[in-house]
Amino acid sequence: MRTALADERILMKHGAGGRAMRRLIEDVMMAGLGDGLKPGDIGLRAMDDGAAIRVGDKWLVMTTDSHVVHPIFFPGGDIGRLAVSGTVNDLSMMGATEVLGLTCAVVLEEGFSRDNLIRVQMSMRDTALEAGAPIVTGDTKVMGRGELDGIILNTTGVAITDHIVTDAGLQPGDMLIVTGTIGDHGFAVMTARHNLALEGHLVSDVAPLNGMVRSVLMVAGRDVVAMKDPTRGGVSSAVHEMAAKARVTIVLDEPSIPVSDEARAASELLGIDPLNVANEGKAVIGVRPWAAKAVLAALHAHPLGQRAAIVGQCVDGGASVVLDTGVGRRLLVEPEGEPLPRIC
Amino acid sequence: MCLGVPGRIVAINGLVATADFWGMRREVRLELVDQPVEVGDYILNHVGYAIRRIPEIEIQATLDLYEELLREAGASNDLMAADVKAEIDATNGR
Amino acid sequence: MPPMAADPLKFRDPARARALSSALEAVTRQMGREVSVMHVCGSHEQAIARFGLRAVFPRGLNVIMGPGCPVCITDVPEVDEAIALARQGVHIATYGDMLRVPGSSRSLADAQAEGGHIHVVYSIRQALDLARSIPDENVVFFATGFETTAVTTAAVVLGEVPKNFSILSAHKYIPPVMEIVAEMPDTRVEGFLAAGHAAAITGWGIFEDFVAHHDTPVVVAGFEPLDILAGLLRLVELVRDREHTVINMFPRCVTREGNARAQEQLWRVFRPIGGRWRGIAHVPNGNLRLRDEWAHVDARHRFTIDLTSLWDQAPPARAQECICGDIMAGISSPDNCPLFGTACVPDAPVGACMVSGEGTCRIWHQYGGARPDLSGSIGAVCGVLR
Repeated sequence: MRTALADERILMKHGAGGRAMRRLIEDVMMAGLGDGLKPGDIGLRAMDDGAAIRVGDKWLVMTTDSHVVHPIFFPGGDIGRLAVSGTVNDLSMMGATEVLGLTCAVVLEEGFSRDNLIRVQMSMRDTALEAGAPIVTGDTKVMGRGELDGIILNTTGVAITDHIVTDAGLQPGDMLIVTGTIGDHGFAVMTARHNLALEGHLVSDVAPLNGMVRSVLMVAGRDVVAMKDPTRGGVSSAVHEMAAKARVTIVLDEPSIPVSDEARAASELLGIDPLNVANEGKAVIGVRPWAAKAVLAALHAHPLGQRAAIVGQCVDGGASVVLDTGVGRRLLVEPEGEPLPRIC
Repeated sequence: MCLGVPGRIVAINGLVATADFWGMRREVRLELVDQPVEVGDYILNHVGYAIRRIPEIEIQATLDLYEELLREAGASNDLMAADVKAEIDATNGR
Repeated sequence: MPPMAADPLKFRDPARARALSSALEAVTRQMGREVSVMHVCGSHEQAIARFGLRAVFPRGLNVIMGPGCPVCITDVPEVDEAIALARQGVHIATYGDMLRVPGSSRSLADAQAEGGHIHVVYSIRQALDLARSIPDENVVFFATGFETTAVTTAAVVLGEVPKNFSILSAHKYIPPVMEIVAEMPDTRVEGFLAAGHAAAITGWGIFEDFVAHHDTPVVVAGFEPLDILAGLLRLVELVRDREHTVINMFPRCVTREGNARAQEQLWRVFRPIGGRWRGIAHVPNGNLRLRDEWAHVDARHRFTIDLTSLWDQAPPARAQECICGDIMAGISSPDNCPLFGTACVPDAPVGACMVSGEGTCRIWHQYGGARPDLSGSIGAVCGVLR
């Protein structure tokens, strides 16, 4: 049942990266915002990982993200690494791997530990160096104790590229590749929260991917037809968007999808499908079938792509995603929002 | 109802045990299990309680049971044919 | 390579699954007519849906989900009791699935949004920890679930319980409802697939009387794809051969006697009483309530629960059109319901079947229905990548 409360107020699900969030953006955030761009430019309406604006014979690519992860230090990373990686990766998913600059705006809660701030900043610095993405400008604000939870980081990234890769370019016959094990980041953060009483060695995969994506684009060029990083909502959300925008049916082969043992265990114990869980160091790449092997080889040659695998193929049909479980088949439905652990 | 992945006991402290599920560890309580449980045993977990000890020998017994079932159904000899048939059926939109 | 017992993937082996599916197809065809069997376990339906088994079940076989979703059959007054307590300032600890189940006018989630202290737990142990952490507050554990879960509540009652902790029991007992379904005049059910985990506790012996009285075979099955396919295969064979017997296909966890220690604790703490299951008529001995000697931890004794406070909001009109009861009894499927997928969706559920992760409607909605049209080019692609 839906109460008046639910209709008037923003709820947690509106930030969860699923259907509810998309509707909020479409209905409210984008309202009245014409593109203001030239024909051919990629703006709000495309709802891609970033915006792309023609400048001369090149493209200027821009993206922005706010980061509110909790806890701010988690196995494998922290909010600083997440901020830089997330923005670098959004640019990379558009095909822009040479980052011109990043911004860093921080809002701090009064009482936030200076040591923690230093840790976060060092992490941002290291990750920016790793990605070759300089932080060039920023902003700092402080709010009163209790007015926000700790820290909010916002990063905007700008890059320039000759060729844009959207998330809408799939055609029947194209193959889908994931660049490694799925669900690592989301499960790592979940288990770090302690109230699930789950202990393990789950580690977030948070990392900047521009180097790896560069090597893929060098080897396959325009045979890479769609890219998306499966953050909130996981691989499921990402392939749903790709299927919807290209109006194809994507068939995923579940046994081929790489999942670490620990993530599988967390998945079984919590009753959460790894396909719905956030990743911060992975990409879903759509390629023309003849280029799949070469792309896979390029990925395997890169430290971040060792477990890359071909996981699906596009076929004719309406926009939908089918999962072959190995023992059966079902439709994969877009996740509703924040996964709750299944309680028995 | 829980999915009940079998867990392997790695530590016991009175009525509380730690079970390992594929590298993830979780506490399980031992008030309900009706056989003595030792480190190394497998248990069936339900909402944080071990409800059964799973003798490893029974796992293979179950798989053998399925093989026998298939043999009796006349399918086992025909595994190859069954595979091919399934593929054809799938292609034809069964 | 993980040892056998820790590797359920063995029970998801595609080659064996295909062989079992083919055998199931063959034996169903042998029947020469439609066969209907029922399972009474939300986890079976979850597994069937999650692994997409309905797409490979033979067309002549109806695998009906019966009233096996503990959340769905938790009745309106029981949900209202928990909500009323919340509105009286009591801290409620509940399994996550119950959070959004509609009571007469609102759900626990609504009560939470209105300021109620509702805590989601995955185990009753967490509820105990909560009670110990807030000794000056009253904490009530909303005890839902079937006998497999009820035994864990019993274990807690028999142990040390903090003074501020009590239990609101809405536990249910499955075997009586199988009787009801088997006795329904228009039932088409010719065999039952029984839940492996419940049988791990109760033993498979409790079904011997049932099969004798109702001339209906029962197969106890586990929850992996191979378990389910093999269980169904055996069940259809029993129907074909008119063998009205109990077969245990889950020997790694189930014996004839079951777990006597857990049973003893269960019946020491709980007594079965008749009661209404949501959407289904009276189920004799279907509800589990705390025995009198445990009145000191029984929330119904400790508190005066004022249900009238919930009558400030009229029940939603849509509730009249909800056919959850028929769906749970196996008479209708979600696609027979005019509200399914339109007015009734996981985001805005009308009936309990759409709320619970094990509810038929929710599962159908989540996994795309019983038999999505996955023919033609899709069928050709499946299996090609391996």
